[in-house]
Amino acid sequence: MSDPGPSPTPEEAAETGTLAASIALKQRAGGIIVPVVTVVFAFVMSFIIVAATQHSVHTALVVFKEIFLGSGLNWLAHPTTNTFTSISAYNLSQTLLQTTPLILTGLAVAFAFRCGMFNIGGNGQYLVGLIVANWLGVDFAGLNPFLHILLCMSAGTLAAAAYAGIAGVLKATVGAHEVISTIMLNWIAYWTASWLFGAGGALQNSTSPTNPVSNQVSPGARLPDFWGKQGFQGLHVGIFVSLAAVVVFWILLNRTTLGYEVRAVGFNPDAAAYGGINVKKNFIRAMAISGAFAGLAGTLDMLGGAQNYQVGQLDIPFIQVGFIGIAVALLGRNTAVGTLLGALLFGGLLYGSFHGLGSSSVIDPTLASNLTYIIQGLVVLFVGADVLILYVWNSRKKARRRPRGKPAERVEATT
Amino acid sequence: MRGIRKEFPGVVANDEVSFEVRRGEVHALLGENGAGKSTLMNILYGLYRPDGGEIRLNGKPVSFSSAREAINAGIGMVHQHFMLIPVMTVAENVVLGTEPVREGVLLDERAAARRVADMAKTFNFAVDPEALVEDISVGQQQRVEIMKALYRNADVLILDEPTAVLTPQEASDLFDILQTLRQEGMSIIFISHKLNEVLEIADRITVLRRGKTIETVSRHGATEASLARAMVGRDVLLRVDKPQAATGDVLLTVQDLHVRDDRGIEKVRGVSLDVRAGEIVGIAGVDGNGQSELIDALTGLQKIESGAVTIAGRELSHASARAALDAGIGHIPEDRQRRGLVLEFSIAENIALHDYAKPPTARSGWLFPGRMVQRAKTLIKEFDVRGGGPLTRAGGLSGGNQQKLVVAREIDRDPKVLIAAQPTRGLDVGAIEYLHRRLVAERDEGRAILLISLELEEILSLSDRILVLFEGEIVGEHTGEVSEETIGLEMLGGGEKAVA
Ligand SMILES: Nc1ncnc2c1ncn2[C@@H]1O[C@H](COP(=O)(O)OP(=O)(O)OP(=O)(O)O)[C@@H](O)[C@H]1O
Ligand SMILES: [Mg+2]
Repeated sequence: MSDPGPSPTPEEAAETGTLAASIALKQRAGGIIVPVVTVVFAFVMSFIIVAATQHSVHTALVVFKEIFLGSGLNWLAHPTTNTFTSISAYNLSQTLLQTTPLILTGLAVAFAFRCGMFNIGGNGQYLVGLIVANWLGVDFAGLNPFLHILLCMSAGTLAAAAYAGIAGVLKATVGAHEVISTIMLNWIAYWTASWLFGAGGALQNSTSPTNPVSNQVSPGARLPDFWGKQGFQGLHVGIFVSLAAVVVFWILLNRTTLGYEVRAVGFNPDAAAYGGINVKKNFIRAMAISGAFAGLAGTLDMLGGAQNYQVGQLDIPFIQVGFIGIAVALLGRNTAVGTLLGALLFGGLLYGSFHGLGSSSVIDPTLASNLTYIIQGLVVLFVGADVLILYVWNSRKKARRRPRGKPAERVEATT
Repeated sequence: MRGIRKEFPGVVANDEVSFEVRRGEVHALLGENGAGKSTLMNILYGLYRPDGGEIRLNGKPVSFSSAREAINAGIGMVHQHFMLIPVMTVAENVVLGTEPVREGVLLDERAAARRVADMAKTFNFAVDPEALVEDISVGQQQRVEIMKALYRNADVLILDEPTAVLTPQEASDLFDILQTLRQEGMSIIFISHKLNEVLEIADRITVLRRGKTIETVSRHGATEASLARAMVGRDVLLRVDKPQAATGDVLLTVQDLHVRDDRGIEKVRGVSLDVRAGEIVGIAGVDGNGQSELIDALTGLQKIESGAVTIAGRELSHASARAALDAGIGHIPEDRQRRGLVLEFSIAENIALHDYAKPPTARSGWLFPGRMVQRAKTLIKEFDVRGGGPLTRAGGLSGGNQQKLVVAREIDRDPKVLIAAQPTRGLDVGAIEYLHRRLVAERDEGRAILLISLELEEILSLSDRILVLFEGEIVGEHTGEVSEETIGLEMLGGGEKAVA
């Protein structure tokens, strides 16, 4: 470190301190600009990929227009009607449906990050929430709906917290790195779910024993839709749970002693220990809270998936929300609001590319469905490489030779 | 450097500063904490870009946009706070960026270790090239930093408070090196708060105050008092006046303490001591003789092998850091950046580091940032922390002001026992004067103060009783007048006990 603390050169940023500290450094140095530039870069690169593979700039333009229209975000410009006669309203409701769990898995990754840990186990924790919600949602049929939903959500969340807590305990006691242990936990959750829902499994659909499909959650435990049309999957109230979680995340980090401990440990575990903070306890606790967010996402998808939503062996391998949550959190710089915006972007991208391209036959459907992952990968790449973007940004400033420069050098906001 | 200007939001760190160094001279840069010394040097080293002014090297205007460019132009810098990679070895750190390679790409570790070992020997640095940086003491890390700059063949060497952590012996070894380098035509810029050192080594001295150049004088004719006056703008009392101690009950007792370090080496070997209310007990010793482990054991940061620690009648031998804090321990740590502060936190948040969970800062788990800020405001004023308000990031403060922040927090907690490790490290003369008086005042309030310092002078002038630590054992105890030589001899293991 140079004398005045973290100094602005990127080489040093890489050399010094913990994960969270170096992220904070970048955050201060880049403010809101870097994430925006990151997204733009990712889109430009994907545009180039599409244009190159389709040998046509025109096709690429159409592709991106279709994605945008498919996401329904254009509805926001003309919110003339909220009925499903408007295709854009329908698309937007589906985008928000995708966004709902992404907010939570994003918060999960962000929370662990703020404590200096990398939780890659969002997917596994999500599955645990999903399994428990299914089990209780089927078993307690007839319970008061409100209580039933509450029971499923809290039990699923707690189970996922405990599940993620294992990684925390392993880190605190034997020093096992959380990246390794959460990946292993992902696989355990994956095979457990496959077994439970698979043929002969304990939670397998009792009415059609040959299908590897779970039982349907009892109608009383379903999260009601509030924006949609009879007979279609609409937007369910789970999105309000997700939005509330954003607020909870912010309050927890910034207005509670627990959050203070998390941030202190994330920035500088030595100083935290010196301050009287139990660092190991915080590893376990932060991991559990992180898992709780991801598990809650699983319960919402299970309970909100209404009429025809089931988890079969065929669906489970396609569950990616936990991983997308990593990109969401990175893009959102591990802040509450940033994660919300990141989730919206990825939600729009997921649904927009699936729907907008899947139905419009402008390009090869395989490329269409993979485009989201390409863009996601590019975002992760650029977020990782934002040291580079910072560098470009700084030299651009130098080129303009602004005498006072560095407006973002001191951005204090951490949420 | 001419007319250099640098602003940070809300602070003018350098205001039309002019500064020149001749070939083959040692030029000292003096100034209060936050005067802008480090900023000026960071500009010269290419880490900051100036908002105005020009830099000429050998008469040619230059402008560095990165440290790499400055290094290539022959400028080397040893920072006030280290820039080493803790998980790499000493040798790897020294050669980093200019590694000797074998067969094109492979890092030739043996060659690196050999060269570094040679250098350590030539310059008489006692550092094991194979040791991991995280395992060596602060003092040794400093030496690695110096070697790093020397290794890159700089013609201009900037040393930002290099002696802050060296023992007097090590410092005079360093001065020998600097003399040699000067004779070879190297220019050395030397920042220090120790006026005696500056007078000993520097040819010329430039004084900065609040971002402006006050004067450049030659060593001849300058005195400690005249320099202190130029720095602070008033007369400074360089000696501590201290009334006789009125001691009370024993507040800290240590019995036959044994502590091992992280590598399992026994560093504290049967230390017993006690400190009474109203006295300052100083622990003298060469760095690495068990001071760090002793402090960590007393503060619950390191496990005790055997023995007992009692604070104000409470047995705390195997207590956690939390329990030690709650029992009334205050601790000014020797490394403010590694441990004393969360640099990414604001001043207010750092002030709350121990008591963030207690009223009024918090109640049943809820944090009240407004009250945190309130408390920070009071302390910033009382302890004259300069360079920002309660919401300023602690990492943005100058080194000395960071130290003041730590001291303010620890004293304000109203501890029964205050463990002060290198409390004046990096402080300017004015601040040292204040801190010394404050420590004496806290003593008179009835606190038990354990002072651990590598600076013998500080130990001698503040302590009511002096203990000498050598290889993890107390080898001497003195009350009343005692000469520097006696203690110096004991510190090296040559005291009476060793002879007997
Ligand atoms: N990165 C930064 N951001 C904001 N303010 C800064 C930054 N670096 C330095 N400052 C401010 O600039 C002023 C000069 O700081 P500088 O570190 O140069 O002081 P210094 O003379 O080296 O002091 P010390 O003896 O305490 O090390 C201080 O007020 C400090 O708070
Ligand atoms: Mg400085």
